[in-house]
Amino acid sequence: MRIGILAVQGAFWEHKKVLESLGAECVELRQKKDMKDLDGLVLPGGESTVQGKLLRDLDMFEELKKLIKGGLPTLSTCAGLILLAKEISNDQNVYFGTLPVKVKRNAYGRQLGSFSKREYVQGIGDFEMKFIRAPYIEDAGEAEVLAKVDDKIVAVRYENQIGLAFHPELGGDDRIHRRFLSMVS
Amino acid sequence: MLKEQVELNRGLAQMLKGGVIMDVTTPEQARIAEEAGACAVMALERIPADIRAAGGVSRMSDPKMIKGIQEAVSIPVMAKCRIGHFAEAQILEAIEIDYIDESEVLSPADDVYHINKRDFKVPFVCGARDLGEALRRINEGASMIRTKGEPGTGDIVQAVRHMRKMNSEIVKVASLREDELFEAAKQLQVPYELVEYVHKNKKLPVVNFAAGGVATPADAALMMQLGAEGVFVGSGIFKSGDPAKRAAAIVQAVTNYTDAKLIAELSEDLGEAMVGINENEIQLIMEERGQ
Repeated sequence: MRIGILAVQGAFWEHKKVLESLGAECVELRQKKDMKDLDGLVLPGGESTVQGKLLRDLDMFEELKKLIKGGLPTLSTCAGLILLAKEISNDQNVYFGTLPVKVKRNAYGRQLGSFSKREYVQGIGDFEMKFIRAPYIEDAGEAEVLAKVDDKIVAVRYENQIGLAFHPELGGDDRIHRRFLSMVS
Repeated sequence: MLKEQVELNRGLAQMLKGGVIMDVTTPEQARIAEEAGACAVMALERIPADIRAAGGVSRMSDPKMIKGIQEAVSIPVMAKCRIGHFAEAQILEAIEIDYIDESEVLSPADDVYHINKRDFKVPFVCGARDLGEALRRINEGASMIRTKGEPGTGDIVQAVRHMRKMNSEIVKVASLREDELFEAAKQLQVPYELVEYVHKNKKLPVVNFAAGGVATPADAALMMQLGAEGVFVGSGIFKSGDPAKRAAAIVQAVTNYTDAKLIAELSEDLGEAMVGINENEIQLIMEERGQ
């Protein structure tokens, strides 16, 4: 199994470490030429404005969008969720727009609003979620809601795409990554 | 500070990795930095080169000016307080800054004690020249480390020296026998537990960025290849001929730091780089502040 991890900016190493510990082969996607023979894709946390800009500057955008639309299993966290969303309520930018949800960027405010919470995730069970200057999902549209925290949607699945507002790569709990790999194989 | 908060604060630094944090002095510059791909901005009244030129006592920036920058951009905003000046840090926390830089660029307020950063909910980044300094700052509660370099000079030599020293000391600690770690802790003047962490993990417990003297895409690539996880650019951008273009080029160079062909293209036609000052030409050595 060959998983591409978008590595233009952000916490890509953390995803790589978890996936490699589960036996997946990982490639860091930094340029167009890296996007070959992928079985899965991870869009990590970081700054969505930076990642979105670099995807275009490095001419990776169209190719990746085609792969996601073509059904490549995709796990997105935090900034990655913003890249996938069809609409961002407090930002005019739209990036891939392949996930039919409306998200709010920096929805919990600045760093002082960052928090952790243990909540139920559909098909996984209780999970320790870390929200770091995180978004949440205002409208899940046709996507299946996987988790809510304080009535706000924080995890969805739509066809081949999983969108999470929190960071499963930081907590030392690999159940969500296992689930993602089971989608890949 | 709760363990949970420590993880969230270290986590924000992890999200900044592979990115460039740029010094800005106005909302306009902050917007240019964000559009050029900065992963965060450092709000300050004067960039280090101007602090150096102006002389005198350099302090925390006007909160109103910082707020103007917070309103101008959607990326994290950092600001500097003086070493040991916990009241300035309290003010920055009160205006909900995302990260505080307890910085040697400003005039130190305390020549003995650093801020007890464990008292704060907001995260701190601190400068370090070697492993001992880094672990002492982390012990005080810092969630992120950067090299000190020599700010405001456009001269990369000190940042290179600090990054190399840090990494060679990490390799050394990792190679020690377990019964030698107690002596290492004594020599580094840090708690045993932190030395043990470095020994096991072959890295610092927090993210480590390069800072101080980065002026070109090549400088950024050099620091990344030497092991930096991201780069601060202070005076290098807005003291240069074409800030937006240079900023965007440095951002791409940090992502693809081993692709010399791409960095060659990025380095073309950037206009004039900031005028540098060599280390033997300067009178004020900022890196010696706060050990």
